[in-house]
Amino acid sequence: MEENRTVLSIEHLSIIFTQYDGGFEQTQLRTIKDLSLTVKEGEMVAVVGASGSGKSLLAHAVMGILPYNASMSGEILYMEEELNQKRIEKFRGREIVLVPQSVSYLDPLMKVGSQIRKGKKDEASKRKSHSVLKRYGLKEDTENLYPFQLSGGMTRRILISTAVMEQPKLVIADEPTPGLHLEAAKRVLSHFREIADEGAGVLLITHDLELALEVADRIVVFYAGTNVEEAFVSDFYQEETLRHPYSRALYRAMPDHGFHSVPGTQPFAGQVTSGCPYAARCAYTEDACYRDIPYQEVRGGMVRCIRMDSDNGGLHDMGKGDGK
Amino acid sequence: MKLEARDISFQYDNGYRKILNEFSLTLDSKECLGLTAPSGFGKTTSCKILAGYEKPEKGQVLLDGKPLSSYKGYCPVQMIWQHPEQSVNPRLRMKEVLNEGDRLEERIVEGLGIEQGWLNRYPAELSGGELQRFCIARALGERTRFILADEITTMLDLITQSQIWQFLLKEVKEREIGLLVVSHSDPLLKRLCDRVQKLDG
Repeated sequence: MEENRTVLSIEHLSIIFTQYDGGFEQTQLRTIKDLSLTVKEGEMVAVVGASGSGKSLLAHAVMGILPYNASMSGEILYMEEELNQKRIEKFRGREIVLVPQSVSYLDPLMKVGSQIRKGKKDEASKRKSHSVLKRYGLKEDTENLYPFQLSGGMTRRILISTAVMEQPKLVIADEPTPGLHLEAAKRVLSHFREIADEGAGVLLITHDLELALEVADRIVVFYAGTNVEEAFVSDFYQEETLRHPYSRALYRAMPDHGFHSVPGTQPFAGQVTSGCPYAARCAYTEDACYRDIPYQEVRGGMVRCIRMDSDNGGLHDMGKGDGK
Repeated sequence: MKLEARDISFQYDNGYRKILNEFSLTLDSKECLGLTAPSGFGKTTSCKILAGYEKPEKGQVLLDGKPLSSYKGYCPVQMIWQHPEQSVNPRLRMKEVLNEGDRLEERIVEGLGIEQGWLNRYPAELSGGELQRFCIARALGERTRFILADEITTMLDLITQSQIWQFLLKEVKEREIGLLVVSHSDPLLKRLCDRVQKLDG
């Protein structure tokens, strides 16, 4: 088999908002800072981060739907070519699709059937939409319902249906599971897994690490607007194979792994000026943590931490149960 | 003190489906009880009834043997909701949201990690996890005897989850407040609760 192509590659992405701060004072608010990641064909990559860390902005940046006062630097490549405004307008809705967060992204005054078909009325589209509904266990007459008549779980499946009407090569799922109980959430994620197994790249954006670990191939740990680590799912089976202190803290906070917490809260994206965003809460902070830190490869994954040494592949002086 | 739901049945006015059927539950002020069920089985509804927001069709809610509705003024049973952004008034600054509580001790505000800088902000200027801390503080007023926590940490990251639960557990233990934890996460309930009750249709 030939090597899987890289569908999406994001390099050193930063997003800055220009705001008016009373009167004519303009301020710059940096929400995403130096973010890099890749998604390959047939692969599901989960971006996991707390609310307010800038995850949804990442999706909007790829889709080219950032608000007018946002400016972007860095590079987004789709199929190894730059994804500029012209190309994204050509591909979005067809090859690149977004499965948005909530029912509010559906038109409340339009029956879901026509929304799935994007208004097309020909026989082929009708047949296709029926088979898509059937694939997700929805009855054919679901297409005659309006969004307000759908339950939470049905809404999710309708949103996914809109995505798979064409043959997408890249699917971005923004928080597809909140409000669903565990079984339903797993079912929704298994649909995305299927899409990936059929050859598309899937970028899953979520706050739920435990769920992401069940379906994804790789996990990108997101904190205060940047990625601190990229790890394989298997790295999360034990604390020692994780690379960044924040990922390790997440591991220890799981109810099954001790339920340990770390004091403090995630800083506002704008507050982090330079260096590691986690430095204020980390037990191992030193002066160098506040300077620029390279994103380097360690044991097949990536990490942004000065204590991480690519030679020995482990964190210095960080045994199990550090930082308590 | 003892909070008791006795043979409660309930359906919403527009609903064709009975949500609760002869549901009973007892919660002592010294214990932490878990309540679990799939979505749509009436977890939130039972909290709303226990806190006095809804009247059951049949059955009654008793606090120390007396109907909850006979307690006037501040309700000793306080509910914390799943979506903090929907349970605070968007036009109030956060310090006014805290004032809605019952003679709140400074210790609680500090213990929940609420920063002074947040007090002057409006709800839309805080993240979900930050807002939920305010909602929890607001529910922990002086005369609170029972807390009903309805999926209060589902939208939070793991570290914030464990921060909030550790504070809440310590607080209810010290003040002998009864705690009902509604969640669909079995590991979480196992970690937090003395016993777990399943809600089945």
